[in-house]
Amino acid sequence: MCTYRTDRIEVRGSGKGAQGWFKLTDATVYFDHPVSAPLEHSLNIDFINPDLGPSARVAVELDRSSALELARAIADMVGSTDL
Amino acid sequence: MKGDLRAETTWLEGHNSDRIEAYIAEPLDQRPTGAMVVIHHMPGYDEGTKEITRRFAAEGYLAICPNLYTREAPGASPDDAAAAARALGGVPDERLVGDVAACADRLRSLPNSNSKVGVIGYCSGGRQSFLAACSLQLQAAVDCYGAFVVGQVPEGMPLKVGPIGHLADQLSCPLLGLFGADDQHPSPAEVAELDALLKRAGKEHVFHSYEGAGHAFFSTDRPSYRPEAAQDGWQRIWAFLAANLG
Repeated sequence: MCTYRTDRIEVRGSGKGAQGWFKLTDATVYFDHPVSAPLEHSLNIDFINPDLGPSARVAVELDRSSALELARAIADMVGSTDL
Repeated sequence: MKGDLRAETTWLEGHNSDRIEAYIAEPLDQRPTGAMVVIHHMPGYDEGTKEITRRFAAEGYLAICPNLYTREAPGASPDDAAAAARALGGVPDERLVGDVAACADRLRSLPNSNSKVGVIGYCSGGRQSFLAACSLQLQAAVDCYGAFVVGQVPEGMPLKVGPIGHLADQLSCPLLGLFGADDQHPSPAEVAELDALLKRAGKEHVFHSYEGAGHAFFSTDRPSYRPEAAQDGWQRIWAFLAANLG
């Protein structure tokens, strides 16, 4: 399937891409065909800064269980840390 | 000889006179022949789609594949371009039609064109192939598992995609549809719904769904590849084009 569905959120932080570190402004999250991962579908996250061009991107493609585990780990870490 | 071809990057004026990149492949045989516009899948103007474009030329057809993401990401790698286009909401339908029209014009202007032009698309390009064939005067169209030709778009989806089944009565040419029986977008029920719409409109079409295949069964570099379905699909495409572009 080709899901088309995409969630886009604003983010604040930095990412390291092919050209080094850059400021992040957005992230898109979607479950669709991967470019590289040997999976029919993957949970894909693009951390991007459109003002810096299409190559200002940190991309990950994870299988479903990895994505859920990552989400759990992030929620646990952020939720349990005294910030 | 059959199979000899030339392929290269070219540029043309697409929708709204925007300059867009394209990949063109031409058989070296100069006898008049038909032509195909190849619409890439959502992951973009990638090596797999260029290989498909060359395959049409190897079979004796002129072929061109526009980079639908040229505007969002000129010169970017295909995966970065696809991500940028997705983040911006995808390709508007009106723009797609304009770009395909420009490609068809370019193909018809070639010295060995017989003036017959078809269109083929995969994944999101399958829907766009149907859209182009309902919007332009073409001689053949192939829809490879295009989602959301009919059916409901999921709530909250930001991409510029909506159902276009209502255009069925404007289809300008015969349509070949190739689908995976295990696919959910389009589902077998949605394929049946489009089939019924085309029958009601009296439009010539042939649909085939492959058991044991899902979405993207033509993609040789993905786990979804199904060799038997893909090989049979290619044979159906060649027969369909011979009948309509010859």
